[in-house]
Amino acid sequence: MEEKNLQEMKDLVLNYVINEYLEDEDETITYDTPLISSGYVDSFSMVSLLVFLENKFKIKIPPSKATPEAFDSVNNIVTLVNIFLK
Amino acid sequence: MPDIFSTYEERLKDFDWSISANELEYREGQIINIGWYCSDRICLKGKADKIALFYEGFGGIEKKYTYNDIRLAGNTIGTFLRNLGIKNEDRVCLFMDRIPELYFSFLGILKIGAIVQPLFSAFGDESLFVRLENAQTRAIITQRKHLSKVRKILDRLPHLEFIILVDHVKTKPLGNKEVAFSLEESQPVEIMEVFPTFAESPSVLHYTSGTTGQPKGVKHVHYSIISQYLTSKWVLDLRDEDIYWCTADPGWVTGTSYGIIGPWSLGITQCVLDTGFSAHAWYRFIEKYRITMWYSAPTAIRSLMKAGNEIIKDYDLSSLRHLASVGEPLNSEAVIWSEKIFGKPFLDTFWQTETGSIMITNFPGMKVKPGSMGKPFPGIIGVVLDPKTYQPITESGKIGLIAFKPDWPSMMRSYWNNEEKYEEKFVNGWYLSGDKASIDVEGYFWFVGRDDDVINTAGHLVSPFEVESALLEHPAVGESAVTSKPDEVNMEVVKAFITLKPGFTASPDLELEIMNFIRKKLSPLAMPQDIEYMEKLPKTRSGKIMRRLLHAKEWGEDIGDISTLEND
Repeated sequence: MEEKNLQEMKDLVLNYVINEYLEDEDETITYDTPLISSGYVDSFSMVSLLVFLENKFKIKIPPSKATPEAFDSVNNIVTLVNIFLK
Repeated sequence: MPDIFSTYEERLKDFDWSISANELEYREGQIINIGWYCSDRICLKGKADKIALFYEGFGGIEKKYTYNDIRLAGNTIGTFLRNLGIKNEDRVCLFMDRIPELYFSFLGILKIGAIVQPLFSAFGDESLFVRLENAQTRAIITQRKHLSKVRKILDRLPHLEFIILVDHVKTKPLGNKEVAFSLEESQPVEIMEVFPTFAESPSVLHYTSGTTGQPKGVKHVHYSIISQYLTSKWVLDLRDEDIYWCTADPGWVTGTSYGIIGPWSLGITQCVLDTGFSAHAWYRFIEKYRITMWYSAPTAIRSLMKAGNEIIKDYDLSSLRHLASVGEPLNSEAVIWSEKIFGKPFLDTFWQTETGSIMITNFPGMKVKPGSMGKPFPGIIGVVLDPKTYQPITESGKIGLIAFKPDWPSMMRSYWNNEEKYEEKFVNGWYLSGDKASIDVEGYFWFVGRDDDVINTAGHLVSPFEVESALLEHPAVGESAVTSKPDEVNMEVVKAFITLKPGFTASPDLELEIMNFIRKKLSPLAMPQDIEYMEKLPKTRSGKIMRRLLHAKEWGEDIGDISTLEND
């Protein structure tokens, strides 16, 4: 994937997480911030994040691949999405 | 013979709750205050310097507190509240992550005789509103990260006078009714007069969901400690040298009965991990603190199973001595897995918000039948009732309603402002749990399921009515029906069936929008994990939605009698 597209994808996911899951407007996260293990996104909310990714990138991520580890940062998520985009 | 070798049968002999009262040195008619018992009394017993709490939070924050520290913290918070004008029986809500201030506030509120109203911090604004409104809560203690939800509903809560922020940043302005409190910056209060609460004085108000209507506030009293102390000692088998970890959030009853009251009334060292779930993080935590007793939930256990056995090899978990589970039925596979992996089974315990303490359990030393709930705790008379006659079923293996004979010390005393619903829980002199089970020839209970439409997802009850009502507030939703669907990890999850209003078109993006709408309004637990669009919902001829039909479809069950189904 081109670097520009990769960066756009990261920003898209990051902005979605910030807008949808962060409650404190003062909090900031980066591409590497743990999302699941830090409690920003719980295991139930992970389902809506999965639906977002599948809708946005027109992919299907099997449940076995949608693990807390795979969703634990924006970078991890983008890596996962890229596997299914190919 | 030492306590640890006592068997279930020995415990049953001549059982009396006075065993607990005597150990706690409580005499009938005397003052009894949970906050004092969990801190001051332990210090007076010579354990002031013993660690009460090891805490780990987001971002690698680590803290530890002795029993004297938690006594002082409880005094400091209690005095702060008292100075604000909070008095006995006022409701004070705890709306925080599992930070130390949550635990210490719990003690402080009780020590001034006020009522603690713990609420799960992931609740959305509407879930928060209905519970604060029902309890006419006077003060809420919270964190900045949850403040926006409180601010959103403040105008609709005339009884709410104080929003206490434990992590206020001085550069930020405080809003209407907001006050700042910093435990670290406060002068510790060495001596505080504990309010003279008695056995029947209200202590904790937990909210639970039913099939219909709004959530109910389950009122407990200070005397509940009699049950919570003894069940912690006998079932969780807590001993003085133990390092204990209860993984439950105090927003739910397990997190207070066994995440605060039980261990601290026994003077036990406990650990709190306030981060999201990850198998690596949990195993690392056990290894680091050399945890000996671990009380968790089937959903967490199944999640650990799913993470695989390979990663366990990276950790030394040999400190684990005793494991127990609560929240939903523990499947036999999980029991067998834990025996294989940890060398000991997770022992299932059954109880509810309303019961306040463990009612049916696999007692330590008792023969474990994987998948069984165990037997009633000594002093608890538990039966299954015929659903038509409400008489106890004597035939083994026959399914009935799990019921208990009142009174045990931690039994709820009422539903807050809802006497009618409270009365409905008692029939023929039995407390009806709302769950179904059978009893085998050896007296072991076997869980079957709920007797109503309430959804038990990951051990938390979700009201289909509450979700259906919230769905109708979304502009696209015409009608809604909510039921559960099976889930490998969470046992069951919320599924919604909806029809759309004219002008709206079904799409994956709309589904996501509705999911997030419910997640923010109610909670992530209540968010439908699956939404199915329908042309029309199945209804009776009188217009009532046949939720039963949708449930049967999801679970692959027989749809039963459909003679009342409305035809086109």
